[in-house]
Amino acid sequence: MSDRRQFITGAGLAAFTGLGALGVLYGAKRTWDMLPSVKAAGFTTIDVSAAQENVLVTEMWRGKPIFILKLAKDAKPASAPNGNDANAYDDKRLLEIDGSKYLVVIGLCTHLGCIPAYYGDENKFKCACHGGEFSASGEVLKSPPPSPLVIPPFKIDGTKLVLGEQGPEYKKLVADGIVA
Amino acid sequence: MAHFDKAMPFSNKWMDQRLAVNTLQRVLSTEYWIPKNINFLWAMGMILAATFGILVVSGIFLLMYYVPDASNAAAFDSVNYTIMSEVGYGWFWRHIHGVGASLVFLIIYIHMFTGIYYGSYKRGRELIWLSGMGLFIVFSAEAFSGYMLPWGQMSYWAGMVITNLFEGATPDVLGGALNFPHFVEWLRGDYVPGQAFLGRFFMLHVLLMPLVIMGLIVLHFGTLRIPHVNNQDGEEIDFEESAALWKAGRKKEAKVIPFKPVFLSKDVFVMGVYFILFFYLVFYHFEFAMDPVNFDPADPLKTPTHIYPEWYFLWSYEILRPFSKNVGLIWFAFAQGILMALPFLDRSPNVAPANRRGLFGIWFWLLLIDMITLTIMGKLPPTDPTFAMIGKVAAITFISLWVVLPFITMIEKPVGGKK
Amino acid sequence: MKELKILAVVIFFTLVTYYGVEPYAHHQMHKKVDAQGNEIVYESQDFKYPDLKAVTVKGDAAAGKAMISACTGCHGIESQKMQAPMDASASAGAYGVNPPDLSNAGAVFDEKFLVNFIMNPTHTAMVEHKFKEGSGKTYPMPVVAPDPQTAANIVAYLKSIAPKELTPKEAFVAACGRCHADRYGKWTQLGDVPKTKPNITTHQDPEMLAFKMKVANYQDSLAKYMGKLPPDLSIMIRARSEEFMEHFIENPQSQLPGTAMPRVGVSKEGFEKVVAYLEETGDPSKPKRQAVGPWVLGFFFIFTLLAYLWKQAHWRDLH
Repeated sequence: MSDRRQFITGAGLAAFTGLGALGVLYGAKRTWDMLPSVKAAGFTTIDVSAAQENVLVTEMWRGKPIFILKLAKDAKPASAPNGNDANAYDDKRLLEIDGSKYLVVIGLCTHLGCIPAYYGDENKFKCACHGGEFSASGEVLKSPPPSPLVIPPFKIDGTKLVLGEQGPEYKKLVADGIVA
Repeated sequence: MAHFDKAMPFSNKWMDQRLAVNTLQRVLSTEYWIPKNINFLWAMGMILAATFGILVVSGIFLLMYYVPDASNAAAFDSVNYTIMSEVGYGWFWRHIHGVGASLVFLIIYIHMFTGIYYGSYKRGRELIWLSGMGLFIVFSAEAFSGYMLPWGQMSYWAGMVITNLFEGATPDVLGGALNFPHFVEWLRGDYVPGQAFLGRFFMLHVLLMPLVIMGLIVLHFGTLRIPHVNNQDGEEIDFEESAALWKAGRKKEAKVIPFKPVFLSKDVFVMGVYFILFFYLVFYHFEFAMDPVNFDPADPLKTPTHIYPEWYFLWSYEILRPFSKNVGLIWFAFAQGILMALPFLDRSPNVAPANRRGLFGIWFWLLLIDMITLTIMGKLPPTDPTFAMIGKVAAITFISLWVVLPFITMIEKPVGGKK
Repeated sequence: MKELKILAVVIFFTLVTYYGVEPYAHHQMHKKVDAQGNEIVYESQDFKYPDLKAVTVKGDAAAGKAMISACTGCHGIESQKMQAPMDASASAGAYGVNPPDLSNAGAVFDEKFLVNFIMNPTHTAMVEHKFKEGSGKTYPMPVVAPDPQTAANIVAYLKSIAPKELTPKEAFVAACGRCHADRYGKWTQLGDVPKTKPNITTHQDPEMLAFKMKVANYQDSLAKYMGKLPPDLSIMIRARSEEFMEHFIENPQSQLPGTAMPRVGVSKEGFEKVVAYLEETGDPSKPKRQAVGPWVLGFFFIFTLLAYLWKQAHWRDLH
């Protein structure tokens, strides 16, 4: 009788202590969370009006490089194995700002996160780390990168881009399945 | 050469062959015998271990965001802004850490006075006392270095005042080889407490002192294993005989209980009561452990109106304060060191509660009351002559008590009572 | 029973120590004594300012409006589209401190205080000790209207244009924000810290540096005017007791004789708003503490109960 009682009370206490440990783990998880000030700082406004055709502009958003490329009207189509081989200028992945087409992507290779370089004469991004290549609209031309360069959430405001906010153009890209 | 039978990996047998887990379990818990004749004061050791654990865990989370940068109130803001208002549950860890640092000393003092009262530092238990006193000193260093980290007014001025104690106090011996004319600057790494000072106290607080504490805790537990824990009557128990009775199922006759689960069950209950107090203080009454003065950032051009150490340092601070600097320093060192010598100053062979030991009983209660008086006087403004006088009398009483201890214990009669 | 007796002894000595080092010691440290050594107990005035003359005349807002140009020579009233003649930095250069915008003055300050202040600024603000004759200093605010009727009219106008309800931050800005920064609330004496973007190639932020320079210059003028830079109030709510804050704001000289801090004359409601703001920036975890506390304590009550049952299961057979 006594042994049984010892076991039940001991197990009950252990289980209840476990409940407390779960509470502590929740607190620990919250402590590890991103700080509100880091989250709040995740918005960047970029004025693209000074951009020149086919010259890559690098900006910064949430600590990551942002590639902004104003495409020339006669930009050559680039044949991408992942599908899109329309005229580069008409690519759905490009944003229209103030009558011109722009590529706005996070400047990190989707393979393992190195920064690709832009070769204007070839209209290509090439990544030195593992040899991946992207077209001027960010489509993969050569593996290993598994997917196109990522378009960050944006809102177009005149000649300005607000990165981090989701404007109607961005939502449309999401609806069309172009960005996840 | 060890012999390994075939066994299921990670089964009890497999583990036992490789790690002797069954022997460990037996030696460290199920057949580690504790006297039955104890009260809740015997749980203070486990409470201290638990509180230390809580301090380590909360400290780990604070360490993730604390910045040891003395410039532009950066360290101050990392504690008071980032941790307190940005980090999820940062306030919770900080309040736990602050209250825990204070309560750990309350329990240390209760633990110490329990040891003194029951004579648990004699007859084979000298090393328990010495390693425990070592822990007390290292905990003091840990608490002091931790108090520097928020880099508030009290941190800065405590750092200034305490390091200044050593100004000119270095010995001029060996033809000046040990004489540091700039010892204080060397200690601080700067002319005043600054970046170098904060950096080295940060290192002490989060690495060196915790390592030493952990080592000493292991030693402290180790010193207990052979002489065993004392009991309420100072009775000498034949542990082997009693353990045999217990193992034979004659629990009522055995004078001992196993550490696990019987002693532990009582420890955990006492711990529960303690945690209610602990978290009541964490949520509703934390100011006593987080002094408002330290919520002003460090300002080298302005001393706060009142400066005082945390309450657990006050008694030794008050021994220092009434005297001129060097005399005070000597008495301060005396106060720290003399407690260590207790097992050797107590000349009586009696291991018994103080109340059965005649003069020693009076000595015990005088010491307790005197140390509380010193503690209270240590915080009151020294400008008041009455308080200053009471403090001085209490300091002299403290010193005298230790001077007379060997004499009163030498003439102490052997205590009969239980064998 | 014996254990309870021991517990009582432990609790007794713990409480004696606690009483000595906390309530008693703090009372001894902070008590004020007069020349005879008797303790002075400060009596709260509930922000009624009983030492000031009662307002016996009724203010006329329209008449106040007609003569508001007497104020707008120095002060702006942004809500009424009246710009201050000088910006904050230039004002600080000229006066030492920026004359406050009066848009919210009627909502945060006590009516009686305002009337008295217009009639006799230095006396009402308790800063006569700083501007004694021969000190070479003059208080920037002149006596605009020494008669109660005119003063009451102006105050009636200010009250008529003041919003019904101020946010805690608006109250703080109106009552404290020209002299005190609050860096945890991103507030400087020149307004909110602007959101700027550093240059990504040079890693410098010229816009922010320019703003900081402006603040530094303003603080420089302010420190000269006040004798020292008024402290940042970010966590003042934890550095001082709420009781001290109340008495100090109500009557600075009673708590820190000789202080440069003027009596700002907030109303009871204005004070509560200011304290609410100081709590928001200085003690933001208070609501969370109050929400989580009962759960944690409840947990340990049940834990202790279960531990007691476990202990009894083992110990009942021992004796």
